[in-house]
Amino acid sequence: MSLNEEVELLRNIPLFAKIEPSKLKLLAFTSERLVFDAGQDLFRQGDEGDAAYIIVDGTADVKVETPTGPLTVATMAKNDFVGEIAILCDVPRTATVTAASKLTTLKISKELFFRLISEFPQMAIEFMRELAQRLERTTADLQRISAQQTAEG
Amino acid sequence: MDRSIFRYILRYSARQQVVLTLMAAFSFPFLYAFYELPKLIINEAIQGDPADFPVEFFGLEFDQIETTMILSGGFLALVVVNQSFKYVINVYKGITGERMLRRLRFELYGRVLRFPLPTFKKVSQGEIIPMVTAEVEPLGGFIGDAFSLPAFQGGTMIVIISFLMIQNWMMALAAISLYPIQIYIIPRLQRRVNALGKERVRRVRKLSDRIGETVQGVQEVHANDTSNLELAIFSHQLGDIFRVRYQIYRKKFVIKFLNNFIQQLGPFFFYSIGGYFVIAGQLEIGTLVAAIAAHKDLAGPWKELLNYYQMKEDARIKYDQVVSQFDPAHMREPEYQHTEPEGPVKLSGDVAVANLILADEQETNIIDSVSFSTGLDQRVAVVGDSGSGKEHMALLLARLLDPDKGRITVGGVDWAVAPESVTGRRISFVGQNPFIFNATLGDNLFYGLKHRPLQPADYSGKAADEMDFFVNEAKRSANSTDDPNANWIDYAAAGSSGDDDLKQEAMRVVEMVALENDIYSLGLRGTIDPDKNPDLATAILSAREALRDRLKDPEFAPLVEGFDKDSYNTNASVAENLLFGNPVGDAFNPDRLAENEYVLSILDKVGLTDTVLSVGYQVAATMVELFADLPPDHEFFEQFAFISSEDLPEFQALLSRASKDNLGELKDEDRTSLMSLPFKLIPARHRLGLIDDDMRAKLLEARAAFAAGLPDDLQGKIAFFDAEAYNPAANLQDNILFGKVAYGQAHAADRVGELISEVIDSLNLRRVVAEVGLAYDAGIAGSRLSAAQRQKLGIARAVIKHPDLLVVSEATAALDAVSQARIMETIIDEYEGRGLIWVLHRADMARYFDRVLVMRTGRVVESGTPEELDRDGTAFRELVAAE
Repeated sequence: MSLNEEVELLRNIPLFAKIEPSKLKLLAFTSERLVFDAGQDLFRQGDEGDAAYIIVDGTADVKVETPTGPLTVATMAKNDFVGEIAILCDVPRTATVTAASKLTTLKISKELFFRLISEFPQMAIEFMRELAQRLERTTADLQRISAQQTAEG
Repeated sequence: MDRSIFRYILRYSARQQVVLTLMAAFSFPFLYAFYELPKLIINEAIQGDPADFPVEFFGLEFDQIETTMILSGGFLALVVVNQSFKYVINVYKGITGERMLRRLRFELYGRVLRFPLPTFKKVSQGEIIPMVTAEVEPLGGFIGDAFSLPAFQGGTMIVIISFLMIQNWMMALAAISLYPIQIYIIPRLQRRVNALGKERVRRVRKLSDRIGETVQGVQEVHANDTSNLELAIFSHQLGDIFRVRYQIYRKKFVIKFLNNFIQQLGPFFFYSIGGYFVIAGQLEIGTLVAAIAAHKDLAGPWKELLNYYQMKEDARIKYDQVVSQFDPAHMREPEYQHTEPEGPVKLSGDVAVANLILADEQETNIIDSVSFSTGLDQRVAVVGDSGSGKEHMALLLARLLDPDKGRITVGGVDWAVAPESVTGRRISFVGQNPFIFNATLGDNLFYGLKHRPLQPADYSGKAADEMDFFVNEAKRSANSTDDPNANWIDYAAAGSSGDDDLKQEAMRVVEMVALENDIYSLGLRGTIDPDKNPDLATAILSAREALRDRLKDPEFAPLVEGFDKDSYNTNASVAENLLFGNPVGDAFNPDRLAENEYVLSILDKVGLTDTVLSVGYQVAATMVELFADLPPDHEFFEQFAFISSEDLPEFQALLSRASKDNLGELKDEDRTSLMSLPFKLIPARHRLGLIDDDMRAKLLEARAAFAAGLPDDLQGKIAFFDAEAYNPAANLQDNILFGKVAYGQAHAADRVGELISEVIDSLNLRRVVAEVGLAYDAGIAGSRLSAAQRQKLGIARAVIKHPDLLVVSEATAALDAVSQARIMETIIDEYEGRGLIWVLHRADMARYFDRVLVMRTGRVVESGTPEELDRDGTAFRELVAAE
């Protein structure tokens, strides 16, 4: 896939939709395209976070360690963003992300990511929206689970 | 050393000085004849009375012309004779001076090696280096001249003056009448210049000290933004030097003015007084001309003598200053270093320390009446807080410091008189910052085994002659005649019998200090000469084969794109694809291929020139588009851009005057700029989509043409990729890989590294690869190694010597906890039943040792086994609790 195709692809991601093409080109040029086989880890819980990934093709499972073993909490697919928490908050990886199928990603380094966020408010807003949606989802899950527990208890 | 330079010169070169003086004396008769002859030619031959001819000489008759010619020929012969004398004297003088200079430098350097260590707190290397190198340099010149110059030039003057006296004594007296004034005034002025000269030397030394300090502390300068302060201090020092120099110049040129003025008074007297006599008919004109010529020649020697006086003063001052700097108190005698023990020494028994006192410069006791005794079969921990004096204790035990009072005996040997051949061979010391020399890892590791040359190196033919010359000259200057290229490694000391054994031991020791993986990786990145190492090269080729098999597995296949001479490698750059080999030397520097005529001719041949130019244009356009509004110091430039931030504006300008269609009309330098860009393109990495199938096919054609037509003078400038041959220009890893790690495959580099590691283990090559790692260059002060690697190497160097006593002073403090524990554990195991004294930075580690000494304010306050000390109320408990 050439750079121009990648730029096209990035434009279809809502997060980058409003960013001018030359910046997307820089993003594509300076980020690394990485292919993972099914079962390979993008990163593991507890690792140092140095990059975020945009899923270009395929799906990936997000798993967290629990006392009863790894628990898949989400599955990410095309155009999803993973691994941003560790570089945003400077904490170790909060989950393990594993390729569920053959997975093509764009790896964006921490420095580039911050540069984009700080230069394009539009992108920062999109990003906040994405994070807020995830929070909303997580809260809903939590409510459901605690309701279940109350019912069972 | 001799206090006076003249005594030093006489002691070591009296014979040469006599020879020089004699040669000068022998030359005088010829010199006299040289002045006499012109008079004869003019007065007797040219202006002679024709009636006197022909003259008879040895039975032969000569007319006037013949006489003139013969005398002129004699004059020419004398010119040759006199110049030959000068030549021989000058060469002999130069050699004598150089030998003495060599002796002096060697002695100074030898003294530096014998300085007591605390001296280096007061004298910096910035001061020592110029003293040994630049400052003594003029002494060499002076030493050759010390006696011969006054003898030769003084003699010459006497000859000339005698000549003048014989011609006309009044005129001669007149010519030299002002010399006494010069002799009186000049030294007085000179003395002031000398004092200033001394001052200047001192200040320049300080200056070089300052530069050295800045270089060493450059991190602090940047971290604290103090470059302005440093510049100000430097400027002031330069200013001081300028002021001194300014005064020197003024005084020096006054001297020169006086000298020249007095010198020119001579001709004044000749013209006036001599002219008067000629007119009065009391003097022949020939005599006057000869006298003027002689006087002119008098200026030379007289100037030389005055210069000599200045030089002598200079040399005297420099010698005094240097010698006084190299004579610190408590310097060791040379015997300490050079005495060889009669047989192999082995220390056994006890380490006994009695009433030891060490005071600092303020006379405070750092070590205060310490006495203890421990066996050389015990592992002892020394603990204490930072003011306890424990580090000094370690230095005293390793004999790197001398105590002010008290006694240390180790295995019955008194440390106060033990030669370094005992202390330096039977004791090892590792401190917090072991120094790593600018040599290979192996050289550093074996440094402690090189005490004297054991097996001479083989020399034959020219090399043998050169070696003889070296040894002879070294003897004449009392230098060391040992050959640094001989084999100095004391295998027995490392418990091995030869090279092979030693390498095995080296690997064992390297593993003890957890350095084996580092050395293995360095080995993979190292290169070898397949001609010298055919076995290893063959083994690497079988590793290449084995890896190729492993890569056939579909799981690994995408990780590596192997080199194939018939296909384009998308993970390699265009340059690599075209050259299909590694450049050797600078002829095919990948950054400058667009300037290489041969490369350009090949591109032309396959019809790629226009394609490359147009791809270059597109790369430039993309780069300008992507990077134009990034700040120039942005890290992306370094990481990603094909064009540096400085060159970017140039390319912007270039693009504005070029367009896709008129590339053919560009100026040559613009073409070169554009054409240099595509060579760096790696399709799989850059994904610019500029290198299409047609261009790839043509590049393959170019690859074949390039190799086939390589002219003779470029043969050997490239090491081609050949599936069946070892590539000497590539490192071991690239030779095994024989291809490129693919871009875009997750964790490809790590996974390929693991594969290579598997292959190497399956072929039992890990050790030989590590041995190649030992040839890795450590860099200046080990700067190419990490701090942890330097530290580990330092420990390994101390251990491989198999010392009877290993003294460790907080040597693992800088390492991470895991390596610290591992290293300490292995060394404690290794030293079971042997002598080990370890100054610990953490008291709780002491429980692994046989015995513990607890120090506080310079005293040993507790001593016993860890179990004995580990109870309430002990100082040891207190220390552990405080951690």
